[in-house]
Amino acid sequence: MLGRLILLAHGRSGDKGDTCNIGVIARREEWYPFLAETLTAGRVAAYLSPLAEGPVERYELPNLAALNFVVHRALGGGGSVSLRLDAQGKTYAQALLRMALEIPEPLARGVRRHWAGRLPPGLILKDVARRTPRQGARR
Amino acid sequence: MIRIASGQGYWGDWPQAPALQVRSGPIDYLVMDYLAEVTMSILQKQRRRDPSAGYATDFVTDLGELLPEIADKAIRVIASAGGVNPRGCAQALLARARQAGLTELKVGIVRGDDVLDRALGRAEPALTMTPLEAELPFESVRQRLTSANVYLGARPIVEALRRGAQIVVTGRCTDTGLALAPMIHALDVAEDDWDALALGTVVGHVLECGAQASGGNFLADWRAVADADRIGFPIAEVHDGGRAVITKHAGLGGLVSAATIKEQLLYEIGDPRCYVTPDGIADFTTIRLREIGPDRVEITDVRGRPAPPTLKVSCVYEAGWKVSGQITYCWPEARARAQAAGQLIRKRVENLLGVDRFQEWLIECVGADACHDGLVERRDEAEEVTLRVSARSNDRAACDALGRELAPMVLTGPPGATGFAGGRPRASEVMAYWSGLVPREAITPEVEILEA
Repeated sequence: MLGRLILLAHGRSGDKGDTCNIGVIARREEWYPFLAETLTAGRVAAYLSPLAEGPVERYELPNLAALNFVVHRALGGGGSVSLRLDAQGKTYAQALLRMALEIPEPLARGVRRHWAGRLPPGLILKDVARRTPRQGARR
Repeated sequence: MIRIASGQGYWGDWPQAPALQVRSGPIDYLVMDYLAEVTMSILQKQRRRDPSAGYATDFVTDLGELLPEIADKAIRVIASAGGVNPRGCAQALLARARQAGLTELKVGIVRGDDVLDRALGRAEPALTMTPLEAELPFESVRQRLTSANVYLGARPIVEALRRGAQIVVTGRCTDTGLALAPMIHALDVAEDDWDALALGTVVGHVLECGAQASGGNFLADWRAVADADRIGFPIAEVHDGGRAVITKHAGLGGLVSAATIKEQLLYEIGDPRCYVTPDGIADFTTIRLREIGPDRVEITDVRGRPAPPTLKVSCVYEAGWKVSGQITYCWPEARARAQAAGQLIRKRVENLLGVDRFQEWLIECVGADACHDGLVERRDEAEEVTLRVSARSNDRAACDALGRELAPMVLTGPPGATGFAGGRPRASEVMAYWSGLVPREAITPEVEILEA
């Protein structure tokens, strides 16, 4: 399945001067190892590069099934210096959570179950398992 | 067990919250946070114009109405509403108390955080700071400082509570110290019980942004937050130095779950093993959360370490001017028209003033990609887009000249411009933030009790 990170995680972001931190929390504890393996500091820095110069530091909080990314030179100067609409990085957690990820099959099954019947549009970008008509589905 | 209720997450937070916390169920302490990073600088300027100003006036208005109930229920209030004038704030509150016939009220004030004069070399002993992380050297910002305040911790508030203050008003104080102080005071936490102090600090972090811990700004599932028109701000039941439960009044809306608490725990932190406060260091990687009932989340297993020998100082310095204005463009080609109008404005200003008067320009298309520029699959068919054009300059007049170029776009630019009703945008001062460290022994907090 190709889907957005927000399927697997929620989070919150905020500022300290020109530094923004983004907390990413697994929606289910058993999904945390996949996030910890996939969301390296380098990958997050590359993904956020249109918004932030970096560097990016990553901290692990396995007790909360969460990662904390500290993103430097992230807010166009920060605080009252920044000209940006979102000078305080309030929307940066969502910016990261829109990242498209290849979600391997056992995990993808869990994602489909978790969101069954209440999936907001646009979060799954490609799902081969869904498109293949299941045998006997007509009956 | 004591109940500590959050009543305000910042200056500008929901004005109905304090009254709902006081009236909807039992609480022992009401803690209210008012000071964001640049607030102190704004308050310094207000006090320069009027020596009786310089504090969060909304606190006096909102709490003033509640004073009889607070006195009746013996609720103690701790607020960082004093800004750069805690005494003025306390005196205004005491005037309200006398009007209400409350002659016994004691208000404690905590001062000693304001080190602007010492930093500028206008008062003895002069103070030098070491920059935090990779910031500019202190000498390069020193002469431009407009505020400099040390983050004091819970200890001076504890002293005010011990001396009988029912309301404590502080200047710059850690947000976490506001909630840690009642725990130290009421549960007799030892000065070196670092785990207990860390638990109180974690509780303070959960409470410091108000409803952000009880269903506000809840990214995991915002639709699950019931009755948000009467959202209940969080309440911490602190049982002892090892256990606290975050909850809210049952009759109010909102949501307290492991997920709402996790989002707040991750808010505005750096290294989670090392959450530094003047009262001790808390390790967020040991926290254990457990949902123990509806809207009840237990916090245990917080580990702490001794406080550092330094205190953090937050400073603001003058850094020029900026201006920002908006015009809305409708379908069709809303985004293309907004972009073109932004470029036209820039060109016209540069034709008038030359190309080197501004240090930075920014043209944003709100409704298309202003928040997540560069990450958005382009949506050129947006129904409408608000152009937001901004610039920064050392020259105030240049910013005001840009402000005058927005309205003319309605008749002289691309079609479909509307929504220009807010008046001409004006230059505003840029207040840059700088933080540093000072030795703890260089700072002497002062506690004073005022009576009605």
